[in-house]
Amino acid sequence: MIKVGYFPGCSLHGTAIEYEESLRSVCAEFDIELVEINDWNCCGATAAHSLNHLLSIALPARSLALAESQEFTEILVPCAACYSRLLSAWADITQDSKIRSKVSDIIELPLLGTAKPISILEFISRYILPELKEKIKYPISQKVACYYGCLLVRPPNLVHYDRYEDPLIMEEFVKVLGGKPIEWGFKTECCGAGLSVTRTDLVGKLSGKILEDAVLRGAEAVIVACPMCQSNLDMRRKSINNYLGEKVDIPVMYITQAIGLAMGIEPRKLGTKKHFVSMDKFIGNFRLGQVEHSKAGEV
Amino acid sequence: MSRIGVFVCHCGENIGATVDCKKVAELSAGLHGVVHSVDYKYMCSDPGQTMIKDAIKEKKLDGIVVAACSPRMHEPTFRKAAQESGLNAFLCEMANLREHCSWVHLKDDSTTEKAFELIHMLVEKVKKNKPLFPIKVPVTKTALVLGGGIAGIQSALDIANSGHQVILVEKDPSIGGHMAQLSETFPTLDCSQCILTPRMVEVAQHPNIKLITYAELEAVEGFVGNFKVKIRQKAKSVDEKICNGCGDCTTKCPIKKIPDEFNAGMGYRAAIYVPFPQAVPNKPVIDRAHCTWYLKGGKCGLCEKVCPTGAINYQQEDEILTFEVGAIVAATGFDIKGTDFFPEYGYGKYKNVINGLQFERLASASGPTLGEMKRPSDGKTPETIVFIACAGSRDSAKGIDYCSKICCMYTAKHAMLYKHKVHSGKAYVFYMDIRAGGKNYEEFVRRAIEEDDVSYVRGRVSKIYERNGKLIVKGVDTLLNSMPMEIEADMVVLATAVVANHDSEQIAQKMHISYDAYHFFAEAHPKLKPVETNTAGIMLAGACQAPKDIPESVSQGSGAASKVSCLFSQDVLTREPLIAEVNRSAPPLYSTCVGCFLCQSVCPYMAIETEEIRMRDGSLIKEVARINPGLCQGCGTCVALCRSKSIDIHGYTHQQIFSEVVALFNRREEYETV
Repeated sequence: MIKVGYFPGCSLHGTAIEYEESLRSVCAEFDIELVEINDWNCCGATAAHSLNHLLSIALPARSLALAESQEFTEILVPCAACYSRLLSAWADITQDSKIRSKVSDIIELPLLGTAKPISILEFISRYILPELKEKIKYPISQKVACYYGCLLVRPPNLVHYDRYEDPLIMEEFVKVLGGKPIEWGFKTECCGAGLSVTRTDLVGKLSGKILEDAVLRGAEAVIVACPMCQSNLDMRRKSINNYLGEKVDIPVMYITQAIGLAMGIEPRKLGTKKHFVSMDKFIGNFRLGQVEHSKAGEV
Repeated sequence: MSRIGVFVCHCGENIGATVDCKKVAELSAGLHGVVHSVDYKYMCSDPGQTMIKDAIKEKKLDGIVVAACSPRMHEPTFRKAAQESGLNAFLCEMANLREHCSWVHLKDDSTTEKAFELIHMLVEKVKKNKPLFPIKVPVTKTALVLGGGIAGIQSALDIANSGHQVILVEKDPSIGGHMAQLSETFPTLDCSQCILTPRMVEVAQHPNIKLITYAELEAVEGFVGNFKVKIRQKAKSVDEKICNGCGDCTTKCPIKKIPDEFNAGMGYRAAIYVPFPQAVPNKPVIDRAHCTWYLKGGKCGLCEKVCPTGAINYQQEDEILTFEVGAIVAATGFDIKGTDFFPEYGYGKYKNVINGLQFERLASASGPTLGEMKRPSDGKTPETIVFIACAGSRDSAKGIDYCSKICCMYTAKHAMLYKHKVHSGKAYVFYMDIRAGGKNYEEFVRRAIEEDDVSYVRGRVSKIYERNGKLIVKGVDTLLNSMPMEIEADMVVLATAVVANHDSEQIAQKMHISYDAYHFFAEAHPKLKPVETNTAGIMLAGACQAPKDIPESVSQGSGAASKVSCLFSQDVLTREPLIAEVNRSAPPLYSTCVGCFLCQSVCPYMAIETEEIRMRDGSLIKEVARINPGLCQGCGTCVALCRSKSIDIHGYTHQQIFSEVVALFNRREEYETV
């Protein structure tokens, strides 16, 4: 059993509960236990860093310090926004000892920077991918669009991922699952993010363009790894459809759900029913594929 | 007993404002051995120099310290003054009160104290100075020009026309460089090849120029006036003397789908090829990396069969040619970034996103489309075209902080050429600033905007992606309230950054010249020695030093040639005698050198030889190191490495340095007693 530090953030306990369900279900198959950081707190999200730089470091730094006290060297942060905040704070405190001691005083906890936040993509690459292929029972055969959004592989000076404008890492996962990732131009475009509440019309436009391109290129589902992206692309369909002037019914699922489906984990355990846009059609097609697949196997 | 003179310069306000020069002169007067000490506003002025000369004669000085600016500026001035009044030039030392003291400290007592300490050190040093005499070396009046682009061609022609021999070495099969690839030139829109090819022919016909193409620099040894260079003549596999240039081989060669370097990958060439029709020399070479004969062990051989003169020679081998030259002009040129450097513009995966050089080939009458505007993907005429300036340049996120200088102008030219060929077409240029500093340059850009109706948009392009055969260009117009804009384009041209050649670092190292952080070759002084390098006898020309356009490359080519001609106008060169020497002493020691030869292994100039000290009867006493005074550059690496302290550099001996250090450590005591 591998134990990995886990920072769920607000989404994975709330609006993105299916992200956590699917993540835990997949981890269980790989004998990985996700251990939540004791008494973790809000990462500060967009609000803190727009108002006060020190606060924007101190908030995530507290969770980092708590993870250190639990002796974790890595913390899985599945939410892309939380990941960005935690990584940014981690970079600040490990690069500048003055900031580190200042922040340590503020949070009243010892802080060394020994617990490094890792994204869901890094986590999958390191812990899931090596043994994934042999665990695939029902390969996904459909065309899918891998969507990264703004924060998963950026900013480059923080994440150090060299293809930050045109990432290919999720595509690699999807290929292992048997899927056909499409080549498209909206992988890292903005979904509208926090404007979801205040300017839903704008989210309709931005997310609409993303879905339009995915559909145009024949994708049957969009695969994401960020609760914010998922909620905008999935929940704001009314505004999106208004903008596009037509109804798009392409489902938006988490990469962990896709992995779970391909591994043959029951959809119930992956939270596939918790989306606004139904995944039934996709899963139906997928199962149809499986049937054909198994038939082909029998022959 | 020494008789030292100290001369403290105010350098106007430069030193005078922060250092109390009068006090420094007074303090110096009290130093042991100093018999004369004065301060003056400008020591380098005529009256200042006269003060020095008079003092040397009147006070019979046997050493002077001028406390003024960096020795890099005025050391020759003061040494000459000393020489003129009968004091050996090397008995004059300079204390750097300006760069090392007044410019870097605030006005304070401690600044004045430091100034005095600097003088004190030099006074102690000069006491140990010995008269030295310049070394005379002969000059080989042949120049090596590296690189046959326009800068190298100009340099070679100018040197050759002043009556000296030139060896022009080009790495490609033909001279011409990037200029041969260009369609038209700004700001006159005259055909690039039409103005270049006469120069290329002149090079080939010039009696003083030996042209070596398809060759690379292997090694450089020696020093100014006396370089020994090794050139690797790559095997052309064609005997140039027999080949009549008929071209049968290139048309019959079955391997025809090799991306053509001359056409920037926009066309194809065969495995045996002449880069372009006006090539000089117009003789083919075989590209062994693609030729079947080499890849499949002697199969094919078609070119040998069709050659009417029997010039094909598959067995030809690389040859190392050695030349003695007196000066070298480095004119190795530049490269530009490929479209694959830009993730946001598709990593080079979109066929219709090309770079500036590729557009030149599209627009050129000798190019793959014979000058017709046809886009690479399907050969259709692009109706909407977008040019992106500063692609990579001035972008610290891309690691290229500098301006590539030529792009503003060539982008205006490209847009114009496009409009001249496709009247109904729409051309956009995204730019950061328009930098059109040059004769008739600004007018040229205005012409593109006003007469040829090119839409200039001030803003960056964030992304390009392909949809339904169109390139969607997402940008912003920062002059229109930062409005995001999307253009459906048929073709996009990136004005990609000008960068140093991939191997420029190795070439610089072979020549022992310095280069900057971007691997462009470094000039000796950014303003006053723009064509020389820090290595005497090696000059720079063209874009190997920094991005340059044609007029500038030509000017610098001529500048470098003039520097070479100056050098060659002398029959002997005098060199500073500040070189290393291994000591020799009386028997039975002969030298403290123990013959470990560690120095030999580190000497970058290969100046250290082995000398056998023998008895009169010929029996060997010991082997010691000996430094060839002709080769030694006085870098001091051997001195630092010598374990028995047997090597000294004249002018910077252990004794002299030690005296300086002792002076510094004893300073407090002396300062207080004075």
